[in-house]
Amino acid sequence: MTDPAGAPREAIVRMYAAREDIFPREIKGRYATLRWACVWLTQLLFYGLPWLNMNGRQAVLFDLASRKFFLAGMVFWPQDFIYLAALLIVCAYGLFLVTAVAGRVWCGFACPQTVYTEIFLWIERKIEGPRSSQMRLARQPWNLEKVGKRGAKHLAWGLVALWTGFTFVGYFAPIRSLGGEIAAFGLGPWETFWILFYSFATYGNAGWLREQVCKYMCPYARFQSAMFDKDTLIVTYDEARGEPRNGRRKGEAKAYAAESGDCIDCSLCVQVCPTGIDIRKGLQYECIGCAACVDACNIVMDKVKKPRGLIRYATENGLLRKLGAREIRRRMLRPRVLVYSAVLVALVAAMGTSLALRNPLKLDVIRDRGSMGREVDDGRIENVYRLQLMNTSEQAQLLRVSVRGIPSAAVVDDGAIAVDGATTRAVPVRVRIDPGAGTPGSNRIEFTVRSVDDPDLSVSEGAAFIVPK
Amino acid sequence: MADFFNDFWHYYVAVITILSIAGCGILLWSQSKFKVRLDADGKPQQTTGHVWDEDLTELNTPMPRWWIVMFWLSILFAAAYLVLYPGLGAFRGTLGWNQVGEYQDELQQAKAEYGPLFEQYKKLDLKAVAADPQAHAIGERLFLTYCSQCHGSDARGSKGFPNLADSDWLHGGAPDAIKTSIMNGRTGMMPPMGAALGSDKDVESVAHYVRSLSGLSADPIKVAFGKPKFATCVACHGADSKGNTMLGAPNLADKTWLYGGSVETVMETIRKGRTNTMPAFGDFLGEEKVHVLAAYVWSLSNPTAPTDATKATAAK
Repeated sequence: MTDPAGAPREAIVRMYAAREDIFPREIKGRYATLRWACVWLTQLLFYGLPWLNMNGRQAVLFDLASRKFFLAGMVFWPQDFIYLAALLIVCAYGLFLVTAVAGRVWCGFACPQTVYTEIFLWIERKIEGPRSSQMRLARQPWNLEKVGKRGAKHLAWGLVALWTGFTFVGYFAPIRSLGGEIAAFGLGPWETFWILFYSFATYGNAGWLREQVCKYMCPYARFQSAMFDKDTLIVTYDEARGEPRNGRRKGEAKAYAAESGDCIDCSLCVQVCPTGIDIRKGLQYECIGCAACVDACNIVMDKVKKPRGLIRYATENGLLRKLGAREIRRRMLRPRVLVYSAVLVALVAAMGTSLALRNPLKLDVIRDRGSMGREVDDGRIENVYRLQLMNTSEQAQLLRVSVRGIPSAAVVDDGAIAVDGATTRAVPVRVRIDPGAGTPGSNRIEFTVRSVDDPDLSVSEGAAFIVPK
Repeated sequence: MADFFNDFWHYYVAVITILSIAGCGILLWSQSKFKVRLDADGKPQQTTGHVWDEDLTELNTPMPRWWIVMFWLSILFAAAYLVLYPGLGAFRGTLGWNQVGEYQDELQQAKAEYGPLFEQYKKLDLKAVAADPQAHAIGERLFLTYCSQCHGSDARGSKGFPNLADSDWLHGGAPDAIKTSIMNGRTGMMPPMGAALGSDKDVESVAHYVRSLSGLSADPIKVAFGKPKFATCVACHGADSKGNTMLGAPNLADKTWLYGGSVETVMETIRKGRTNTMPAFGDFLGEEKVHVLAAYVWSLSNPTAPTDATKATAAK
């Protein structure tokens, strides 16, 4: 297809392109400090937690093999799975709330992807130098200097990643013995696999993929954008104030004229952006709300003696209607935010209450299916049950089984049963009734298991007692 | 692996699978380039020309290349998988992997892990095994898994299934006899005696006599009539009617009734006989496990059994 002038009107374009490297410039400022505070907080927690001990065990341990999750003073069993669901719902609502108020701040400050990228960038700067040196190094042909710097960088990244993988597995296998196994080259195949897998994931995500995780892979990024409204705080460029830009290009010795805006087109905001976008084009889906450009622009505005906040956290409505900071803050308390907050508070309260009132004893009753009920001498009727006694507390318990529901119903040889801490025991239990008690067929009965030492500690479970017709 | 009932379906499935994977490849290849209109300055257009909501335009921004590379890799993976593992119609894969093999491997692993422990118990005398708390706990778990369906979780049986927790044994209660019962199984056979005894009245008389042996209520006249008739029964149940463990003939003079002690039930037993089977577990469980199990069963009816407290410590 050509137009009359002979120039082609169409071209073949490739749908897939190689990633263009992004070298974010180092930035200091209010938000950068906040981000580093988040890095320190989350990583001290992540790397430190597995080393804490309590009750003679690791304080936080997700023991998949024995299907018990130790979390500080609590032990969670598979039956407690509802708490994981509750936790995830709380996290989701927390994300909804934060996003509705302040956009993708989770992405910009607390997300592991951001946090590890930040750490890896710091390593990169320590070894390869600042942004300009990194770009020069990327352009220059391979020589001894480049091999050395790149090698050192990847080695450092690898070590951090390996430690991260080791720490991660330390949440699932006791970290101290895990360290011992590594020292003695006695690591199991699965532990080895997961340490290497998680290390590789850390290295790959924070070293190589970086902003691509946020742009192409992350599901939260997609649905967070859907939670924005016109009163959500986002990183914005104040176009009314900044345009037209005052470029001061060479040959145009143009002083700051009254008609030109405050933006001096220094492109620092683009250079510091970890996703490589130009915020001055408006809100884009790649923006992770990290506010690095805010810090950068504020520094420049200070230098050119203009008020800060050409790029700032503001809302769509705020820019549109020229709202003041107070009015923007007042609009935070809109129905959406209030509902999210209410639901979040209710969920946290419900979960906390439920956790506080959690019964450490659990009981499953399985009626023997082999027999309908047997007649013992003197005509009394007997049914057999298997009681699965679960003691989720960490102290051994002496338990006694009782039964009610039919007059004269009693447990045969109801001696105390000892169950160790955080273990489960199956106990066969016989229940007997007098001749003539109960109706032929199925009768409801209820087992109660009570602690001998602490009578307040008990759990009940219903069952069926069958009287032969 | 269930095979198809003729070759056609094998090829049908295999061809569809291969074509689907190839189709994915063709689709990827054909869709990795596209035509765009050029702007007036000869550069490709930045947008596809679609506009929504007044100002929302769709850009022509290319996707990252590693994405399509991963797609190609997944196609390679599929091809490799179908060569190595079953998945292509009835083709079994070059590795020869199948579920049964997987199961056998796991079984071997378990044998390697627990074998030594069971070996150790097998060397011991059954009574010594019964006294070992850990073996007792293992025995209890084995019993709950393999025996409780018939004998009950408390081992006290029910109608037609013997009580293993009392001291009354059809085939002998010595540890070795119990082990033999579990290993080889037992067949209990009481022949139908209705015809041999005569009329229904005679059967009723014998039933009353048998009840009287255990001290149950019985009509003295019928007992008197039944006593001489019982001569037919002594061959198995013995002159003292105490039974015979060699034959598995029950003791009629105690209070234990396998099928029930009412007149009607006893009459039915005499008239029609009874046949009962304890399956053999030797081949299924292996002698090591049966050894531990026999010790556990023996301990149920013998007071040397570990107390509950020791059981608790052994139950891990």
